[in-house]
Amino acid sequence: MRDRSQEGWEPKIVAFLCRWCSYAGADLAGVSRYQYPPSIRIVRVPCSGRVNAQLILDAFKAGADGVWVSGCHPGDCHYISGNLYARRRFVLLKRFLEFVGLEPDRLHFSWISASEGEGFAEKATEVTEKVRALGPCKRLHKEFDSNQENIW
Amino acid sequence: MVSVNKRITEELRAEAGRLLESGEIAAFLGYCRGSLPYAPRPFVARTAKDAERLIWNSFCVINLANYIPGLLQELDSEHGAGDEISGPKVGVVATGCWSRNIVIQIQEQRFTRERVLIIGVSSRGMVDRKRLHSAVDGMEITGIEEEDHIITLMAGGEGIEVPRWNLIRDNCRTCTRPDPVFFDEMIGEPQGERSIAEPFSQVEEIESLTPDERWEWFQQEISSCIRCYACRNACPLCYCSTCFVDDSRPQWVGKSLNATDTALFHILRAFHCAGRCTDCGTCESVCPMGIKMRLLTKKLQKDLLELYDFEPGLDLETPLPLSTYRQDDPDLDIVSEPAEQDGVRPSRKGG
Repeated sequence: MRDRSQEGWEPKIVAFLCRWCSYAGADLAGVSRYQYPPSIRIVRVPCSGRVNAQLILDAFKAGADGVWVSGCHPGDCHYISGNLYARRRFVLLKRFLEFVGLEPDRLHFSWISASEGEGFAEKATEVTEKVRALGPCKRLHKEFDSNQENIW
Repeated sequence: MVSVNKRITEELRAEAGRLLESGEIAAFLGYCRGSLPYAPRPFVARTAKDAERLIWNSFCVINLANYIPGLLQELDSEHGAGDEISGPKVGVVATGCWSRNIVIQIQEQRFTRERVLIIGVSSRGMVDRKRLHSAVDGMEITGIEEEDHIITLMAGGEGIEVPRWNLIRDNCRTCTRPDPVFFDEMIGEPQGERSIAEPFSQVEEIESLTPDERWEWFQQEISSCIRCYACRNACPLCYCSTCFVDDSRPQWVGKSLNATDTALFHILRAFHCAGRCTDCGTCESVCPMGIKMRLLTKKLQKDLLELYDFEPGLDLETPLPLSTYRQDDPDLDIVSEPAEQDGVRPSRKGG
């Protein structure tokens, strides 16, 4: 059972990365040996356009302290326009979640290409530090019975 | 002098009767008296005689657009399968927000334009039931007399006169388009567009709070939710054959009364209506607990107007905002990669 309030707490961040750009960017960061915090849990998705509000909220519900979605730069989408649809959805969702009281730095979006290994490591560090500054995420996290094994 | 709503009732009966008689429509969707004086109920007239039961007043709070697809389906099974264009028609009475809602449903291919005959009525605002009850201190209302600006409530053996506007719902108070925007025939006089100085003032009030205060407000607002899903069921936009709340694998929202699950339900319900909600206020009107969930969709409406200059349901051609994009859409909250901030544009995919 993870401890959410004690010292030594490390943020847990779920990163939805598009299979064509940002996931490959993460790969390049690894191959190039750029250092970034181990707080990122990567979920590979076919396209940033695949990521909907349910997926993001489900991550928070399951105990993520931050969520990061990253896809191809506008104009570079493997499916031509998936990230452009996603952009509208994300902008609207982020503003909306902030409206109901989610802290602005919990949710991050970025465009990272397959050649931006260093950019990936920097962004991963930035996201981690911003989430760390906020502490554990209590809002939207569904607390389970302490006897129950948490899936994390 | 006969009040506006009484005149509309008369004309509605005559027109619906004529259309049913001539066979132009197979059924007419409107309101008839309900068992409580302040709760008329949605009603389907199938003959000219039925049409005599139609009424129109300030208590017609449920958006009738919700019943059109089901009614068309029913007619198809009765009359034998027509096709999507020449099948039997439904006549429906629609105010500004309802007519826009019908536009959205046609855009989403719930039914075709050819199968609805819309009788437009300019809305003078509908009554908020909670305001109604507090006007009589919770006493039982046994009768209602409605005039243009005064509503007389019979309660405790006497008539209590209340200025009509004091009872009107929040969404009707800030409504800028009371006239139907999409209709075949119009009954009564149009009022023209209303100019509201601050249509989003309720939303702005919450936006001005800190994140902690907003969370506090949100939790407070939904704390009484019993998750009866009346808001979802009454909403014409909520028609997925399996709603996300009923999914079990994956289970987006738990089944028990848990604060997080309730919050997720309200967030997702509102977000699914983004770019489609016409602020008809039905969700709020049917809520047994008096939750103001309309503010959530109102916030989305405000952002869509600001960011993409979009208002839902004004015409059949404009695509819904989340099913389209522009190359130059604002990148507002999407953080640029750090390298770019130094003025160096990093190379793109594939170098």
